[in-house]
Amino acid sequence: MMDGTAFARNPMLSVHDLTITIGPNGKRIVDTLTFDLASGDMMALVGESGSGKTMAARAVLGLLPQPLVTAPESRILFKGDDLTRIEPKAMRKVRGADIGMVFQEPMVSLNPAVTIGEQMAEGLRLHHKLGKAEIRDRSLAMLERIRIKEPTKCLAAYPHEFSGGMRQRIMLASVMLLKPRLLIADEPTTALDTLVQRDVLDLMVELTQANGTAVLLISHDLGMVSHYIPNVVVMSEGKAIESGSSSDVLRAPKHEYTRRLLDALPQRSAGGSRGGDCGKPVVEVKDVVIDYPGRNRLFSKTEAKRAVHGVDLTVRRGETLALVGASGSGKTTLGRAIVGLVKPTSGEIAFPGAEAHRPMDQRARRREMQIVFQDPYSSLDPRQRIVDIITEPLKLDKSMNGAERERRVEQVFAEVGLSPDFRRRFPHQLSGGQRQRVAIARAIVGRPAFVVADEPVSALDMTVQKQILLLIRELQARHGFACLFVSHDLGAVEQVADRIAVMQDGRIVEIGERDDVIDRPQHPYTRQLLEAAMLIDRRFAENDPPKQATAL
Amino acid sequence: MTRFILTRIASAIPTLILVSIAVFGLLRFIPGDPAALMLGDLAKPGQVEAMRIQMGLDKPVVAQYLIWVGNVLTGDFGRSIGTGQEVLPLILNAFSVSASIVLVGVFIAALIAVPAGMLAAWRQNSPGDVGVIMVSTILLSIPSFWLGLMLLLVFGLNLGWLPVIGYVPFSQGFWPALVYIILPVTTLVLSEAGPIARMARASTIEVARLEYITHARAKGLSEPAIMWRHAFKNAFAPTLTLIGFVLGSLLGGIAVIETVFTLPGLGRLLVDAIYARDYPVVQGTMLFVAAIYVVVNLFVDLLYPFLDPRVAA
Repeated sequence: MMDGTAFARNPMLSVHDLTITIGPNGKRIVDTLTFDLASGDMMALVGESGSGKTMAARAVLGLLPQPLVTAPESRILFKGDDLTRIEPKAMRKVRGADIGMVFQEPMVSLNPAVTIGEQMAEGLRLHHKLGKAEIRDRSLAMLERIRIKEPTKCLAAYPHEFSGGMRQRIMLASVMLLKPRLLIADEPTTALDTLVQRDVLDLMVELTQANGTAVLLISHDLGMVSHYIPNVVVMSEGKAIESGSSSDVLRAPKHEYTRRLLDALPQRSAGGSRGGDCGKPVVEVKDVVIDYPGRNRLFSKTEAKRAVHGVDLTVRRGETLALVGASGSGKTTLGRAIVGLVKPTSGEIAFPGAEAHRPMDQRARRREMQIVFQDPYSSLDPRQRIVDIITEPLKLDKSMNGAERERRVEQVFAEVGLSPDFRRRFPHQLSGGQRQRVAIARAIVGRPAFVVADEPVSALDMTVQKQILLLIRELQARHGFACLFVSHDLGAVEQVADRIAVMQDGRIVEIGERDDVIDRPQHPYTRQLLEAAMLIDRRFAENDPPKQATAL
Repeated sequence: MTRFILTRIASAIPTLILVSIAVFGLLRFIPGDPAALMLGDLAKPGQVEAMRIQMGLDKPVVAQYLIWVGNVLTGDFGRSIGTGQEVLPLILNAFSVSASIVLVGVFIAALIAVPAGMLAAWRQNSPGDVGVIMVSTILLSIPSFWLGLMLLLVFGLNLGWLPVIGYVPFSQGFWPALVYIILPVTTLVLSEAGPIARMARASTIEVARLEYITHARAKGLSEPAIMWRHAFKNAFAPTLTLIGFVLGSLLGGIAVIETVFTLPGLGRLLVDAIYARDYPVVQGTMLFVAAIYVVVNLFVDLLYPFLDPRVAA
């Protein structure tokens, strides 16, 4: 068991022997978790998905989903009350007013059918019994504080009118508006771009420190945590296996599991870049412009939006070109255009190697190009078995007979590290990492010349990210396909790319060998991206203490 | 928002044009000469020709269609072959009978079924939930004519509380009219509440899993407040679509219920007209029914942005 003494100075929140079980056999999701959090302090619960960190945090507010229950021996002391034993009515007074919570997915944690103003007002009305004008004033002041342009308009707007980062700021603002004494933030930035991540975390630290609010951060990202939060508890399989100051845990991890988490932090791939002379060009993009046409309305047409402004690119056989940029930079659109999912407005996309062999029709060309999508939860058909998902692309190749297909699929299962036991399963029975392996298998089973990997690891845990990135590199070495790796995460890019192209507002602002771009960035935007990635750094410097944000 | 409304209204127009062509075309394809049919078996050849010219059947098909549409737009649906009455008043009279029963019935059904479905979803797998599922499944499986007959038997014949046959319009007094529609309305409520409750339950379960519901709970809102303010609007949208379909198809005539309770509604009008080969009435009624369907669904579409603002974006 860990020692709680590291941060036990007049604890405001004291979690003792928290155990969460599921089902009649009492399977333990969280197992005798104990920690203290002092008023105004910051602490992080770190672990992979399935480690129980989110459920532990939800249990504090009594928000466990249906079949999960808090075991009777658990104690969660907050301001002298045991939150596991208080009446529902008393718990509702704690929720929001004393303990606020920010959720992971800004896209689904704000109600799409209710205005921002109303969602902000709700808590104030309920807990502080304020009048309309007062609520409006406070909401506007808060929106100004989080630097929302046109706050008055924002109050009347609906969540879908904002980007993910904006929504997360609004969410944070609406929770902090009630001046809670504790903020529980459950992976608040995992779904966001690196630049935006930093922005949201800075804001979180700023708002909580100004108000003296304690923070309990839930995260899978040790590197990010180390820069913002002084104390961590590392969780694995429901147990706290290590705790202490972030810098100690990071510098001298005691537990094997913590070491594994640290190993998963991005490192530059061994052997460095494989150089630019990888082989013949597979894809040549010349002066490609892509417009999103305006939507046709009855009486007018909305303005067309230019996503890509005249881009030139070449991807060679056996190399990985990383396309890096913030969301909205046009990188995904470009990737999709190359595989033919989006039609370019002008310019040329050529496949010199492949076309020399045979004049390719659209379908044959499609087979030579495959794509791996970001979200392995929605990119696999939930009603198809794994083996069928992987076999499907082969059915387009009429030259293969059943036995050959069977052999190829078997081989691909082995190549992507999927056990043959998974053949008959459905996607929902697999973990995120396993699903992404299926998606990769589906992409490479037809031996394509070119693969677009569109943010293939952003939805995954750090440790799983690492495995998938290694897998992509390994498969590429074996089959020699060209790869366009689209990502906002320079950490991931560093591990797989041979060359990097940085994209901003639809233009490529810098392109070069990986080490050149990362070590000697030329364009200011590249520097900005790198800086953001360093702040949320995974390769923490030896003597770099956690960044303590200064209060306002 | 204004643009959304105008677009929706405008997009209903092509649908109505297609419907009118289909209805017009349908009767052209039916074998037999309408003119000969009008005159009956005893007509002389010369009379048929004269009738054809009088009816405009000698003109090209497009011209015939345009004349017909022009007449329809000015409210002239022609005259019934059987009775010589004008078609439009026939339709409107029958529609008022059907509409009074359907609107009241669907309204009551929604009033009962939507809260029942939502509450069941909120307490998923509780005895109350199981009860709602069971009752709605049973109601779904009972044919409405049997239900109607049973109600007639019990309340009309055995107990003698309510009339078993006929209809009194509301213009002749509220209470007498009410007495006549109680049984048909009850039949309708019982047969429509099942699907609505199931839809409300399913979409509420979907919404209850979403993070903004947990977020609302984390704000400290009470369960009724969460359900009303955060779940209802989002969960009701798919149910509203279903109610739109139900309303649209029922307003086009509830032939079975109208037959059981001998009500002079739209469904009976159409069925009787088909049996009597009364083409002007069939044509007019079909067009009217289709228009009702389009209008009801247009109405639902226009309500949608109030439930889900993303639709109008």
